[in-house]
Amino acid sequence: MQKPKLVYTTYIRATPKAVWAAITKPEFTRQYWGGLANVSDWKKGSVWQHMTAGETPEAWITGKVLESTPPKKLVLSWADPDALADKSRVTFEIEALEDMTCLTVTHGSFKVGSTMVKKVSWGWPRVISSLKTFLETGKGLNIFCK
Amino acid sequence: MDAVFKALADESRRQLLDQLHKSNGQTLGELCAHLEMTRQAVTKHLLLLEAANLVVVVWRGREKLHYLNSVPIHELSERWIGKYERHRLQAMSDLKKGLEQNKTKKG
Repeated sequence: MQKPKLVYTTYIRATPKAVWAAITKPEFTRQYWGGLANVSDWKKGSVWQHMTAGETPEAWITGKVLESTPPKKLVLSWADPDALADKSRVTFEIEALEDMTCLTVTHGSFKVGSTMVKKVSWGWPRVISSLKTFLETGKGLNIFCK
Repeated sequence: MDAVFKALADESRRQLLDQLHKSNGQTLGELCAHLEMTRQAVTKHLLLLEAANLVVVVWRGREKLHYLNSVPIHELSERWIGKYERHRLQAMSDLKKGLEQNKTKKG
């Protein structure tokens, strides 16, 4: 196993099912992930896309579902559609802990010279804390604020 | 949140976080090599950082790797900076309303 590059965790007052839904349902992701939707049928081998809203939706990130075990584990390949060779891998691990859920996001398997590391190490802490706020209060954060 | 402040209130622990920011996913040995601290002290500080969820541990075989988790720091900044930002926006919107009302009175 290659050493992962980025690992983030947060403890959320919500059920694992709610956390899974927040990651996989477009109507939820839009509310905390900068208005973008995660779209897929979330079956192993299927394509998934991180899409903008509007009349001509555009994929910002695309990849395949590598592993899908609701509501515990989701593994995705991850790439900018304009730079598919710069592919990496994201793992969401969801674990119940008394009345909370521990969410761990691991991002690794970056290609040498990947420009994605910088982008996502800016983005993940924002997205994850917005996800937590969304599940606990019903409203996400403005993740693109400075 | 208390745990995060306590963890950040120490120079040595901030140095450890700086080390992980430079190179994420280090073992205890690797961290010790860059710092003028005893192994015991580093271990103690790492435990505190883990308890505050600022450091996350990943096991790779027998190797214990330490990762910087900046999510709690982001939550801290949201709690206050986010709030101030909202106040500023509120003040701007009040100013706008005030100016518009003045205009109506004069006109």
